[in-house]
Amino acid sequence: MKKAQEHTAPKKYGMVIDLDKCTGCGACMAACMAENNVPFREDETDKNLSITWLRVYKLTNGKKFPNADVCYLPRPCMHCEGHHGHSPCVSVCPATATDYSYDTGIVSQIYTRCFGCRYCMAACPYHVRYFNWWDPVWPEGMEKMLSPNVSVRTRGVVEKCSFCFHRYQIAMEKVRYEGRAELAEDEYQTACTQACPANAITFGDLNNHDHAVYKLKTHPDAFRLLERLGTNPKVYYISSREWVRRQGDNYLENEGKVVAKAH
Amino acid sequence: MDTALIPEGRKRCPLWQFVLFIAVVGAVLLWGVYAMILCWLKGLNQTNMNNAYGFALWIWADLAVIALGGGAFFSGFLKYIIGKDELKNLINYAVIIGFICYSSALLILAIDIGQPLRGWFIFWHANVHSMLTEVAFCLSCYFAVLTIEFIPLILENRQIDKVRFFHNLSHNMHHIMAVFAATGAFLSFFHQGSLGGVAGVLFARPFGFREGVLIWPWTFFLFTWSAAACGPCFTILITKITEKVTRKKLVKDNVIELLAKISGWMLLTYIVAKIIDTWYWAVVTAPEAGFTMMDFYSNNPLYGLWILFLEIVLGGIVPALILITPAGRKNKATLLLATVLAVIGVCVNRWVMVLQVLAVPVMPFESWFMYAPSWQEVATTILPLAYGAILIAIAHRYLPIFPQEPELNPVEQQAG
Repeated sequence: MKKAQEHTAPKKYGMVIDLDKCTGCGACMAACMAENNVPFREDETDKNLSITWLRVYKLTNGKKFPNADVCYLPRPCMHCEGHHGHSPCVSVCPATATDYSYDTGIVSQIYTRCFGCRYCMAACPYHVRYFNWWDPVWPEGMEKMLSPNVSVRTRGVVEKCSFCFHRYQIAMEKVRYEGRAELAEDEYQTACTQACPANAITFGDLNNHDHAVYKLKTHPDAFRLLERLGTNPKVYYISSREWVRRQGDNYLENEGKVVAKAH
Repeated sequence: MDTALIPEGRKRCPLWQFVLFIAVVGAVLLWGVYAMILCWLKGLNQTNMNNAYGFALWIWADLAVIALGGGAFFSGFLKYIIGKDELKNLINYAVIIGFICYSSALLILAIDIGQPLRGWFIFWHANVHSMLTEVAFCLSCYFAVLTIEFIPLILENRQIDKVRFFHNLSHNMHHIMAVFAATGAFLSFFHQGSLGGVAGVLFARPFGFREGVLIWPWTFFLFTWSAAACGPCFTILITKITEKVTRKKLVKDNVIELLAKISGWMLLTYIVAKIIDTWYWAVVTAPEAGFTMMDFYSNNPLYGLWILFLEIVLGGIVPALILITPAGRKNKATLLLATVLAVIGVCVNRWVMVLQVLAVPVMPFESWFMYAPSWQEVATTILPLAYGAILIAIAHRYLPIFPQEPELNPVEQQAG
């Protein structure tokens, strides 16, 4: 038991999403909402007021038929590492209500400490942070279906994707109980990863040679969103289409063809 | 009826006129209070803010009133630290305007946060790396300083001054006011700067991000500089409006012109620094992130190059040139024009550093985010203006704010 509690090598949980496989079905979004007790309202027409920890964007190449092409891009929290954990949102929170874990690489949100200044939302270029403009109201009977592992959030605080951190905690409890030191790859997987019918999402420890994401992130077609800003995100995307990779970041006209970098 | 409260040697309007003014402005104030209560009871869904616009009209108003309230710290700095003694004739009013601005800023912040009852977390769970933490600490401390500076003015009321203790307290507080002025200047340099840092440190928001020195982005220094330049302009503007409303000259021209001259040179040097900053950002910082300058000023219904022209040329260069020219600041019309333009310039700067930062799409597959405030946001933003007008009216009626007023407006002459 004691051995199991010794400090293990720091992990860096991350995701690789194959955009060529994603069909835009939205199963990941639905799974995320159910898993994390994400509130919703009767009228969700204004997407700028909706809470979608994982949002699927529709990208187009802007060309007309027969050259038109579409790509669906699922966007969870990027869990940016920035420069040595200096992620855009963590450093600006005045009440230390969001934190970067050097043990897991996960950016957490402490709902009971957040006082709703929304500075973190202003800091995040990916729009992964959502404010609870209303108190959550569940359709009658649905409150019995809420996950007991995730606290519901009150009006006036910010929330975001946690890479299903409660699943990590539950898995680690089991590991410690069994006297092991390390989690196996399949013992901690996010809800969206498991829900994706096309297996487009792969999740694991980016530092661990045995995890699939370790190899996938070095795929020649792998890229990250807005890398140039120095956010150092932990979500990678793969696409064989150059126009999709080009939409992953901003480029000046004279910067030419985008060549995906190995990481 | 209230003659016993009116300072000696000063003439005031009839009580009914005063009450009517308070009632009319008070109605506007109540409208704002109603909107404020709605926001507190029902939450921020009363606003038109959304997940793209976490900051909006209120944060702009906050930054703007703090910049405009900068006249208090900079006038205090000039009088007590630099030794510009003529400014003693305007410093009282600068303090009151500063007090109104800073109390308004704190009130707006209290409405703006999603969980007002947790507002104290910013002090209790303070993250020392956050610019907002620095803002909260310095803002609160400076507001305390402004309150201390305001107290001796209140104690100078004719009836309060009759109480020996209050008379002595006021006298002694005046003697040590230099200490508070110095403290206020120190605190202001930091929180004005921190407010600039709020947008400047956002390294993932290319419109706001600026490089800088050590932990401070260039906007840190530019905000302090612009507040020191434009804050006194706002003090002059409000003084001129007060003179117009009361139909009296309250401050001698040489005092106004001195402050206008200093303000002009501050504004000129600031605007040169601002142009260099904008140029460096446009040709180095933004392109490094993959943006051209025109990416920030095109393909949207509002933000064009006109806003840059309004801020830098009309709101910066023009008023600066007017104010540094003796003829410009001696002419009443051009002096007024310059102060109005400088106030507009600094307000536009605060607007773009809050709203435009969030409006610009950062992910290439997104488009511009536009926003219009709800009536609740507008009402709560007007609320401080009404509160300020009422506080100024009461202070002017019952306190000897302007030391030169009796000399400039002899009562006997007016009566005759």
